[in-house]
Amino acid sequence: MSDLKHHIATAFDRDLEGIQAQILKMGGLVEAAIHDAAKSLETRDEELAEQVRTGDLAIDAMEESLNEEAARVIALRQPAASDLRVVLSVMRMSANLERIGDLSKNMAKRTTVLAQMTQINGSTTALRRMARDVEMMLKDALDAYIKRDEALARDVIERDADVDQMYNTLFREFLTFMLEDPRNITSCMHLHFIAKNIERMGDHVTAIAEQVIFLATGEKPEGVRVKEDRTSSDPALSADL
Amino acid sequence: MYDAPLRKTDVEANEIKISAKDVQVYYGDNHAIKDVSVELQDKTVTAFIGPSGCGKSTFLRCLNRMNDTIDICRVEGLISLDGEDIYDKRVDPVQLRAKVGMVFQKANPFPKSIYDNVAYGPRIHGLAKNKAELDEIVEKALRRGAIWDEVKDRLHAPGTGLSGGQQQRLCIARAVATEPEVLLMDEPCSALDPIATAQVEELIDELRTKYSVVIVTHSMQQAARVSQKTAFFHLGNLVEYGETSQIFTNPVDSRTESYITGRIG
Repeated sequence: MSDLKHHIATAFDRDLEGIQAQILKMGGLVEAAIHDAAKSLETRDEELAEQVRTGDLAIDAMEESLNEEAARVIALRQPAASDLRVVLSVMRMSANLERIGDLSKNMAKRTTVLAQMTQINGSTTALRRMARDVEMMLKDALDAYIKRDEALARDVIERDADVDQMYNTLFREFLTFMLEDPRNITSCMHLHFIAKNIERMGDHVTAIAEQVIFLATGEKPEGVRVKEDRTSSDPALSADL
Repeated sequence: MYDAPLRKTDVEANEIKISAKDVQVYYGDNHAIKDVSVELQDKTVTAFIGPSGCGKSTFLRCLNRMNDTIDICRVEGLISLDGEDIYDKRVDPVQLRAKVGMVFQKANPFPKSIYDNVAYGPRIHGLAKNKAELDEIVEKALRRGAIWDEVKDRLHAPGTGLSGGQQQRLCIARAVATEPEVLLMDEPCSALDPIATAQVEELIDELRTKYSVVIVTHSMQQAARVSQKTAFFHLGNLVEYGETSQIFTNPVDSRTESYITGRIG
């Protein structure tokens, strides 16, 4: 994974490769959780939703074991420079992945509730599209991690703006539905939480991409990222229709 | 490597104590130090790290002209202490070494009493007018060497009877007794256990308030713990010199990175 030569202590190489293999495996589980949660929402598949909920336990367990393993490497190997960044980035990324897992689980929970209600026109398809974008961002962020690809990581960070835009649009859409018919309110509230969850996942993926840049360059990406989710700051987006 | 920008320093910009410019050292035909230029700050611990034979000890020994004692050794370039060329013909190496003290890898107390070990330097440099003054200098040096409490009741016992860690601190006390301005340490802890090492490291940190300390060490963890600046030597070249925290978290040169992360460099 790194263009540097091997350590003189080969066990150190094995330790670092081990935690990196584990974070990628965890990433794979989280990708699947996003995918399945969004799919179960659109297809009203309660069984799949239940699988996502129980699957989150494995993700949580992986985070815990990764943190223990990282602590062990720090204690026994005293990593420096790029080795230290590998360990630090694994610890931070595992926290981000664990949060994405939780958000997917929450989405699956709401799917179970929503399955009992009348469908809101087309909204679950839009949510699934949004989730697919985040899933692709995560896949690319993990690829960028494997290849230490700074450019790809920066691309992922930029794509989060699109996810934020989709959220803004959905926010307006749900407002419209609720105004049209108060009976839509319960569903729309759930759907809105789901949209917000996906938007938050995008932020966590962005944080992972930032770790890739830190890993590759030793520095945090410069500049403040522009948040495109303006629903909390722009009164116009909440104005009466 | 000299073109590479080093990060802005966190260490307060202390004055330059020792400045070396284009230093070359030859042992006979062997070119041991190549074009080394570096500025060492006052009241700062600077660590020299690098693999065996990289020239770090050789360069350290240039700073108080210890290499003069080796016949085949030739030093070129300019090394100045407070702006004065230390290789100038008018400089007396003995006086220079009183200003630039040295502690060695292996504790080497004289086969004399603890008191005489420390009093030796002040005596030959005539730093004390009478016994009372000398007593005072010895006590002060032993306190600064963080060993006073352990030896104050047996000052006239032989220095060689102390434990290895105590002997090393005695040697540090001996080195500071002549009120040096710079202290050179060549692997001062390599023969000590972790507790004695910690005591010496604590002492180095205290010495920093008064002196400029330069330490050669094979322990990278030690360099990281005690120093504010680190210089990495490789094959006689000074590869990278910068703030210790930068060297150990984000070195500029790949050779530095390979060395500090324990890769074959």
